[in-house]
Amino acid sequence: MSDISRRHFIKTTGTAGVALWLGISAKGSTRKVTDVATAKNFNPLILVESNGNITIYNTKPEMGQGTFQSMPAMIAEEFEVSLDQITIKNTNGEKEFGDRQRAGGSSSIRTTYNDMRKIGAAAKAVFISAAAKHWQVDESTCYAENSKVIHKPSNKSLTYGELVEEASKIELPKEPKLKDPKDFKILGKVSKRPDIPLKTSGKAVFGIDVILPDMLYASVERCPVLGGTLKSFDASEALKMPGVEMVVETERIVGKYHFTGVAVVANSYWNALEGRKKLKIQWDTAGHETFNSNEYENNLRKLASQEGVIDKNTGAIDTVKTSPQNTVEAFYETPMIAHHTMEPMNCIAHVQGDKAEVWTSTQVPSSIVGGGSNDVPKLAGFAPENVKLHSMFIGGGFGRRLYPDYVIEALNVAKQVSKPVKVIWSREDTTTQGPFRPMTFSQLSGTFSDDGKLVAFKHKVISPSYQESVRKDFDKTKVDGTMVEGIGEQDYEIPNIKTSYVRADYHVPVAAWRSVTSSTLAFAHECFIDELAVKAGKDPLDFRMELLSQPSDTKRIFQKLRELSGWDEPLPKNKGRGVAQWKFFAGQCAQAVEVSYDPALKTVKIDKVTAVIDLGEVVNPDNVKNQTEGAVVMALTAAIKPGITFKDGKVVESNFYDNPVLRMNEMPVVNVHVLAEGGKIKGVGEPGLPPFAPALANAIFAATGKRIRKMPFDLKIS
Amino acid sequence: MITVTVNGQRHDIDADPNMPLLWAIRDILGLTGTKYGCGAAQCGACTVHLNGESIRSCCTKLSRAAGQQIITIEGLSANNNHPLQLAWNEMNVPQCGYCQSGQLMSAAVLLRENPNPTDQDIDDAMSGNICRCGTYQRIRAAIHRAADLAREGAKS
Repeated sequence: MSDISRRHFIKTTGTAGVALWLGISAKGSTRKVTDVATAKNFNPLILVESNGNITIYNTKPEMGQGTFQSMPAMIAEEFEVSLDQITIKNTNGEKEFGDRQRAGGSSSIRTTYNDMRKIGAAAKAVFISAAAKHWQVDESTCYAENSKVIHKPSNKSLTYGELVEEASKIELPKEPKLKDPKDFKILGKVSKRPDIPLKTSGKAVFGIDVILPDMLYASVERCPVLGGTLKSFDASEALKMPGVEMVVETERIVGKYHFTGVAVVANSYWNALEGRKKLKIQWDTAGHETFNSNEYENNLRKLASQEGVIDKNTGAIDTVKTSPQNTVEAFYETPMIAHHTMEPMNCIAHVQGDKAEVWTSTQVPSSIVGGGSNDVPKLAGFAPENVKLHSMFIGGGFGRRLYPDYVIEALNVAKQVSKPVKVIWSREDTTTQGPFRPMTFSQLSGTFSDDGKLVAFKHKVISPSYQESVRKDFDKTKVDGTMVEGIGEQDYEIPNIKTSYVRADYHVPVAAWRSVTSSTLAFAHECFIDELAVKAGKDPLDFRMELLSQPSDTKRIFQKLRELSGWDEPLPKNKGRGVAQWKFFAGQCAQAVEVSYDPALKTVKIDKVTAVIDLGEVVNPDNVKNQTEGAVVMALTAAIKPGITFKDGKVVESNFYDNPVLRMNEMPVVNVHVLAEGGKIKGVGEPGLPPFAPALANAIFAATGKRIRKMPFDLKIS
Repeated sequence: MITVTVNGQRHDIDADPNMPLLWAIRDILGLTGTKYGCGAAQCGACTVHLNGESIRSCCTKLSRAAGQQIITIEGLSANNNHPLQLAWNEMNVPQCGYCQSGQLMSAAVLLRENPNPTDQDIDDAMSGNICRCGTYQRIRAAIHRAADLAREGAKS
């Protein structure tokens, strides 16, 4: 093992006197060093300085999901420091903080919960040992609280700061004792997020808010026909506009796609925008100018007749006897949609010689300093050690900021400009240029045995491929696992199940969007389960429970949902309830939606949403509720608001007036219940989305008898 | 040169009078609490007060602010202690937080005009402000809480 602690002190720049770093190796071993700069295979997470300052580092960018509090909270709990005693610092992709500085896949807590607690516990153990040694007492007579070690019999105490020097001489325990959860002071309690006061006073600095001396601004004209390339441009009129300093070509790279653009660089963003209007550009649209969404969707419907590639085939589905009497078939459709982060894409880049400095809001700091599938230094032509990142608060990620195309584009502009340059995408740029969540179409069938049991279930997905969009070397003969995400993970006990995938060619870059493909597949899958319940003549929740004879998370979650949603209370005429759940990589949530139908107005109103999210362990319950409330809002927007469409190769929608999102007056009442009963640790950010649209559509069926098989759908019932 | 008073401080701004007030506030005065969201008066992220009324600064020309009083989020209270800010903090309203300056500025006018708003009043006043994270339920609750705090403050 390489866990050798350093016993010498080196004063680290910027720290006060003696400083001790405590952290963890990539393999999960706890470690401590006093010179972080020369430590190998070491991710420092705690810095204790002899003046008493304690800093905890957050490696997961804050985009509203709460990592700025939840990541330090896991360490602080075990380290026995309160959150108001520490300084929290976001990391900036620095190599010493490891290559997992990214936020996505609802993974921040579920993948670090044990490691973070372990480093906190090991750190506490070292300070207790140091104090015991100092006082020459038995360690068992000492305990830690509020960043101090206290000798119980005498009540004397020493602060962690006072103990730094002694503590640095003591080995960290490899397997420190973790607290009994019943003694938790922070985890599982409602605790304040320290970023909130910054966000209510206008002081939080998002990427777009950074202002540097001598900074210039840029706005980029990109080919309105996605896939087109730059032929030539005439900047003479643009250059005559006030404040315009330069017009330069640039390139962004998103997945396998390279897109060119023309950047107008000016002394203010407004002048850059005004200058951009005067550009004369010739684009080569490369045949994409005939692309229309309607035709593409027709193509997807035609492709449904193909066998496709099998993802999963359990049992012997081809031997199950089917007849029109015992089989239900249905076809579901979903749209392409945009992320619509409130903070539009933007990035400041400053290139000096072969060195680059970047200020931006990103979900992937580690990619921006090099490594992984979106290796920015490599794609933009820099040595990784020459790229320095400043990772700022993120004004909405939702998956869009996993793709650093806007950073590459800004670097390519900045290479041609001597000063720092802030490239800001307009809302229209952000809406029309992608990448987008792809649409998925689903062909489903379910077959019952003579005695009424569901014996066969087929789900075929027809869609463009995510992996093909992001990777040049994607093998088209294989299933794109991303596009059948979650289908094979459901707990329903059905003896014969077949999942297959038909890939459709596409030239539009696609992206992960909050809850990825589960955001569309759950709609098809869980609405279809409802159709099967109707065929079986059973209550939709009873029908599901009958498919869950064995103990499972799904069964447990449904039992709680049944109780909390008042599922068994009778409803008057024109009211209906729908239920759905979804289990996938990020976690699991089940929801019940209650709606009222007004036959005179022919409209449906959402009366109540009850959500049960299953986590195993919970860090900040109130924040989980906030996340799940927000997930419902985002899912409702995706269910009832228009998606992104193409006409003549161009995205038709451009801003919130023609691509609206949910507003305050459309907000339903959402009640969230957090299940933290131990077991597998699951994610928070995404699981609230997938079950909502099917639960709503199922509720609409219950209230009106109208089966909805296509998103987006209208709450006005025709 | 256009003279504008922002948060009580006079500024002489040398810029195109057609420049939206938003960019003058952010890029020239450096007050970045006011956000750019859509540039089309659709999302409310850029909401500021002009002589006490909510305006969308992304679609308001700088020239319209000449000689006027502008208040931005930085000037809403002295110490992040407007009843709305206190309620927002107490109820953990923000997620990403990007839209919240605009939400607070819109809510401040609502609360001044209507110290005891109903849910319907809140919907009517706040539906011009988009929150993509979906904090609407908390915003609604926090406005009610702020109304309570303001009444308690008035009594004490």
